[in-house]
Order: sequence, then C-alpha cells, then structure tokens
Amino acid sequence: MNVLNEWAFVGLFAVLAPVFPALPIVIAWLFRPRKPNVLKSSTYECGVETIGDTWVQFRVQYYIYGLIFLVFDVEMVFLFPWAVAYNEMSLFGFVAGFLFIFLLTDALFYAWKKNALDWK
Amino acid sequence: MEELCTGLCSVLAESGADAGLALFLSLLVGVLLVSGVPLITVILLIWIERKVAARIQDRIGPNRVGPVGLLQTIADMIKLLSKEDITPTAADRVLYNAAPLVSFASVVLIWAVIPFTPFHYGVDLEIGALYFVAIASFGTLAIMAAGWASNNKYALLGAFRVVALLVSYEVPLVFALLLPVMLAGSMSLLDIVNAQTGMWFIVLSPLAFVIFYISSQAETGRAPFDLIEAESELVAGFNIEYSGMKFGMFFAAEFLHVFTNGIIMAILFFGGWLGPLYYESPLIAFAWLGAKGGLIYLTTLWLRNTVPRLRIDQIMAFNWKFLVPLSIANLIAVSFALKLLQELGWAPRDLLSASFGELLPTTVILLIINGAMILYLLGVLRERGREARRESHDPRAAIANVGAAAD
Amino acid sequence: MELNAISIGFVVFSIFTLGGGFGVVTTRNLFQGTIWLMVSLFGVAGYFILLSAPFLAAVQILVYIGAIAILIIFAVMLTRSVARIKERYIRILPSFIASLALFLILLLGVTIPIFGAHSPESIPEYVASTRNLGTALVDENGFVVPFLLASVLLTAAMIGAIFIARDENA
Repeated sequence: MNVLNEWAFVGLFAVLAPVFPALPIVIAWLFRPRKPNVLKSSTYECGVETIGDTWVQFRVQYYIYGLIFLVFDVEMVFLFPWAVAYNEMSLFGFVAGFLFIFLLTDALFYAWKKNALDWK
Repeated sequence: MEELCTGLCSVLAESGADAGLALFLSLLVGVLLVSGVPLITVILLIWIERKVAARIQDRIGPNRVGPVGLLQTIADMIKLLSKEDITPTAADRVLYNAAPLVSFASVVLIWAVIPFTPFHYGVDLEIGALYFVAIASFGTLAIMAAGWASNNKYALLGAFRVVALLVSYEVPLVFALLLPVMLAGSMSLLDIVNAQTGMWFIVLSPLAFVIFYISSQAETGRAPFDLIEAESELVAGFNIEYSGMKFGMFFAAEFLHVFTNGIIMAILFFGGWLGPLYYESPLIAFAWLGAKGGLIYLTTLWLRNTVPRLRIDQIMAFNWKFLVPLSIANLIAVSFALKLLQELGWAPRDLLSASFGELLPTTVILLIINGAMILYLLGVLRERGREARRESHDPRAAIANVGAAAD
Repeated sequence: MELNAISIGFVVFSIFTLGGGFGVVTTRNLFQGTIWLMVSLFGVAGYFILLSAPFLAAVQILVYIGAIAILIIFAVMLTRSVARIKERYIRILPSFIASLALFLILLLGVTIPIFGAHSPESIPEYVASTRNLGTALVDENGFVVPFLLASVLLTAAMIGAIFIARDENA
C-alpha cells in the first residue's frame, strides 16, 4: 500500500463515518410519529417562555483562553517533528528545542502574573 | 486490515476486475471491518457503563431485558427510534442536524489508525498520533455548532463552557502525548507499540500517563470535568434541544470516546497488544489490547462515579496553573535526562530494537526522576489542600468563592 | 486530464475549497461564515494530502479547525448581535478591482517563474518525512534560527494578545 492508498482508506472512512450515525436517524425518520405544533417546536430553554435574544454577550475570558490555546497549538506543531527526530538529535538539537519550550513557558508565566489565567 | 486488503485486492485484480475498482472494493471492505469494531462495542459499552454505575451506587442496574439486562441497549434503541424528533423552529436546521453526525463520526474516525494486532489495523499513518489529536478538533467544532444551532441560551452557554474546557485540556494532553512520540521516535501508533517491546512507556514516563489520563477524562467531559451536562446549572448543556435518535448519537459518541481513549492509552503507555504469547495468534494480541484498554476504561468509569463536579473556574485554574506547567516540566525533565543518558552512551538511541537489559539503567534513572517529581507534587497538593480547608473556615472567603462561580 | 484517484481527489477538495469560500462571502451570518471558512480550509488540508505532505494536512486541521475556528467564534460572541449583518456592503467597485488585481498577481506568480525557478525538475524526487523536518528544524546548518525566531514570535504574540485583551480590566 503506498501513502496515497492509505489516505484513500482514511478518505473513504471519513465519507462513511457520518453515514453510520445517519442510518439510525433516517430509520427513526421513517417510523417516528410526526405531530408538531407551535408550542412543541418552540425553543425549550428551561421550560418557561424564552425572553430576549439568544445572542447574549459572552465574557472576554473565553477569548483569552482561546488565544493562549492557539499559541500553544502552534507550538505543538513545531514540537511534534522535534519529538520524532529526538532520538537522532545531538545535544545541540535538544538545547534548541529546550529553548523553544522555555521561551513559551515564559509567555505562560507572563499570562499567569497578569492574571489572564483567572476565570472572572 | 492491511494484510486482508492487499490479499483481497490481488484476488480481485486477478479475476479480471478493473484495478481501480478492485482497490476501491478492498478499501471498502477494510473500512467496514475496522469501523465495525467501534460500532459493535458501543452497544455493549452503554450496558457496561450503566451496570458499573449502578454497582458503584449500590443498585442493580439494568436486569430485565435479556440475561443480566444485556439487551437493555437494544430496547433503548428501539424506544429512541420511535420517539418524535423535534427540531425547534428557531434552530439552524442544517447545522442542527449535522452536529450529532460529525460528533459521532469524529470518534469513529480515530479507529482508522488504531492497531489491533501487529498485522490487523486500518492504516498505519506516519502521523498517527497527530491524526488522533487533529480528528478531535471536529468533535469540538460539532459541539460548538450544536450549541449555536439550537438557538437556546443554555445550550450556547453549555457549548461555550465545554469548548473552553476541551481546548484548554488539549494542551496538557498533547504535551503528554509528545513523550511516547519522543521515546519511540515516531508518530505511527504501530511504531509506538513496537518500541515498547523492551519496556512499556508507563514505566519510562508514569507522570506523562497520569497527565494524559486526567486530560483525556476532561476531553470526554467526564466527572470531575462533566460541565458537558451540568444539569443543576445549565438544564442539560449543549444538547438541550435535541431529542430522539439525534440526542442518542451525542451520548453514543461520548460513551465510545471514553473507551477509545482507554484503547489509545493502552497503545501509548501499556504496549498495546504486547503481552505473553501475543505472537502466537492475532486473537491473543487483540485480547491483550482489549484487556488493557478495558481495564483503563473501567477505572475512568470508577472515577466518574466517585468524584463530584468541579466549578468551571476551578477546572480552568487546575488546567492552566497546574496541569500545563506540570506537563511542560515533565517533558523538559524526561527529554533532558534521556538525552544526557544517550550522550553518555547509557541509553539506547533506538528503542525499536532495544532489549529489556539495555533499557534497564535508563528505566531506573527515569523512574527516580518521575518519582521525585510525583513526591514533590503530592507535597504541593497537600499544602494547597490545607490552605483551602483553612480558607473554607473563614466565612468571608466562602462568600467570595460563591461569587466567583457565577458566569 | 487522466481520470485517476488523485484527479478525483483534486476535484473534490477544490469543490470544498471554492464552495467554502463562496459560502463565506455570501452568508450574512458570522457563525455560518466561520463554518464555511472551515469547510474551505478543510479542502486545503486535502490538497496537502494529495501533495504527499500529510503532516501539513494534520497541522492545517489542528490549527485552523481546532483553534482558529474556536477563536473566531469566541471573538464573534464577544460582540453583541452583529451576527446578522443588516446593511448591505456598498463599495463594490473598489473591492472588485482590488480582488481582480490580487487574482492577477497570484496567477502571474504561479504561472510565470518570477519568484525563483518553478520548473518541474526543481522538485526533489524523494518525499521528506516528519523526521527529516524535525532534524532540519534543530540543525545548526538548517533552520534552527527560524525555529527559535518562531518561538520568540509566538511569545510576543501571546504577550501582545494578553496586553490588548486585558487592557480595560487591568
């Protein structure tokens, strides 16, 4: 099997994977009762009538966590090849990777000291 | 099922079928065989989950349908199939219907790279470990879409909390995942298992396993991280508006995800199919993987039914101020020690061919380092616990804590 | 064009990429726009696989669908009900000229070898593995300086982001 055949397998898997859960839903669609009314199709929320717009303003902390996560996500992208090549690496290569991680740990501590990690 | 695929492919090609068609058919058979494993286990998993939860809570659990309630899941499925499927008029129909499918598919897709035995697996991707992390992104996005498409304040709030939780705990998860990748020198899950022939990675880096275990518990939204269904706070979480089979799919995805993570942990840290007599028969190898994964899965169920739910501010503080720094420190400490040993010539550079004896000095030193870190951490945690207990006796501090919990 | 697996894949992923892009510019809903953008970027990940660069494909999915999409949604939700844009965009002519110019520049850049040689011979025969990438990243004769600069850049990005996001509350 060459590399592209492997990915053809993954591709076919990806096409079929949503079909498996779709099958019971389609079967249910054939058998289920259908008696919608205005009240039943209204937004349930918590049982009482919905007040106001769903679009409430969310706190900024979600966004800050998202930003910190993005930085770490990009860092991981660099660290995966580093980890794969680790066993063949000289001490110099290790130190380069160490510096890379160390600099980003600095950023984490900056966030910590600025209370950006606190949920408020 | 690579062996089977190539075999089937050549048989089909010899029988005069078009080469492309033969390849397609063999791939299709492979996909159906591999995906059959999670699809069949999920039916059993729901029963196990309910039975274990019941036993822990001193109940009997399902025991009416079939022997020891084994057919309970089938009965539940028939019930879910006959339920009216309500789509709220305010919902975004396309995203609302697509979200449960993507959520389930993102878990099933992980099984494409899982090596069941040395010869039976879907594909052996060069980037297997990264594939596992990347596929999880779809699940996160599906939860977000479900919460938004429901057009419901509680669903959206629940989805936001869950997504914040999922992305946060992905950081320590990946830092812990880097260690097996580093030790094996490969991201292919097959290579990672083979590299553990000399020594399981749980012995070389136990702390990484603990971090991976905690973060994967969070990734599946299980207690103590079960913000995903904080009934007392958010009605039900991101899936309030879902009913019938679509609701069932979110749950099936969650149950399957927990078991899948157990199998992944068995592969990354417990040597996958490795065990006495695994080379005798693929069935024995498969049984070893199932036994190891199943045992880890049972401990996650135990944990889920034992510990109470944490508040979101506690969960986030635990992740960013404890787990992330710890996982980085663990990565640096282990990689530094191992590189030093390799430079001194005490540790082998290639674990794929290293024997138990060659690995012994490395193992002892890494174990001492890990043990020292774990002892230090336990000390820190005990100190923090004492502090927290002192604070909780102070009524002003207790009031401040209640305020922090509000959104 | 010969009809094989690669060309079928190319067509499928092009539909994803272009269709997603079309969805982004036509929808009036910011959340749906984000989802369309992810469909488009998923198609790009497919191109990377066709080009035998699965690592980049995984990175594309991990970073864009795993992080950027979530970040965009969090940012969108920070605002109050701009989700459904009501007013129409009026500066159509300047936008048209700008996008046409960009398209022409890209077309020229791809077809005419202005920025270095683009002849087929310049592409090496062997496909680099992730291990080669890792070794090259930390090799003193390789890319160790850009590697560490990337780290500095990420640190700066994080500090800057926290500084801006927390300015009012600090």
